[in-house]
Amino acid sequence: MTENNSVSGGMSELVKTVCVAVEEFIFVFGCYLVIYGHLSPGGGFAGGVILAAVFILIMLAFGKERILKIMPRKRAAFIESLGALLFLAVAWAELYISGIFFRNFIPSSAAGHFKLMSGGTILIYNIAIALKVMAGLFLVFFVLSITRVILEGDKLKMVKKQ
Amino acid sequence: MTETIILFLLALMILGSLIALESKDILSSVIAMGAVGFMLSAIFLILRAPDIAMVQVVIEILTLIILIRATISRDVHTVTDTRDFLPLALNMVLLFVFFIIAAEAIRNMPDFGTGLSKVAGHYLNRGLNDTGSANIVTSVILDYRAYDTLGEATVLFAALIGAITILRRKAKND
Repeated sequence: MTENNSVSGGMSELVKTVCVAVEEFIFVFGCYLVIYGHLSPGGGFAGGVILAAVFILIMLAFGKERILKIMPRKRAAFIESLGALLFLAVAWAELYISGIFFRNFIPSSAAGHFKLMSGGTILIYNIAIALKVMAGLFLVFFVLSITRVILEGDKLKMVKKQ
Repeated sequence: MTETIILFLLALMILGSLIALESKDILSSVIAMGAVGFMLSAIFLILRAPDIAMVQVVIEILTLIILIRATISRDVHTVTDTRDFLPLALNMVLLFVFFIIAAEAIRNMPDFGTGLSKVAGHYLNRGLNDTGSANIVTSVILDYRAYDTLGEATVLFAALIGAITILRRKAKND
């Protein structure tokens, strides 16, 4: 591994070009998995991981500065908390409307089966989980890759990568 | 036929784990573990569980990236120490006891693909009409068992807060 391949520097021109070509398609595929998660295989978790993989791909190909422009650490933390709170808020709304925590208050037969809205609140849950998993896994990768462990004396020490 | 393919993939998984254990280079170990994960997802696909196969593939890719990034930039040293006799013997004895218990448990299991439990039958028969979700897995994890999903989300949240806190404080003190 040369210094050129480190997180801050980004990778070669070939990798950058391929990354630009495929990143939108991966993002759209992740959104498809989230939104149609209750009709076809997929769901909030798998779609969220794929959305996080898009940001990780950009970070690996272009370096740390580029990804911090798109998704600063504060914004990622905000999206993560937003997903968790959206999940809880829908559950509380169901408690107030139907009287039972986590009871689906949108009648499932209203839109008919195999339609986008046929799952009721399941769609909102999927989106909340996807937001949470996307921002969360990206943050985990980010904090793991900007620090490195070095051996100093006989104890381990974590420093920021230059 | 399905069982033959699964047994073949399981044998390959054991082989991959052995390579990961015995390899001197840590990068080869990480890649061998990745191969094991992809074979597991192939098994899920053969068992007609596309949801879990998809999650396995994407998580495997993400874990591989994180592990390779974590191992490749650090001072990797090879371990050549041999194990002591007593821990190894104790390990073998415990493994043998576990093997006997597991063999007895597996002999009493229902046949492959049968033995649908009562609640699973309820989900399969009524899931679409109860929740309106055509994907039964989603209807279970986000409607019947939504509390579990809330707990998982909380675990992920707590793990993330812990990771950020620990790594940030050490980096700031430097």
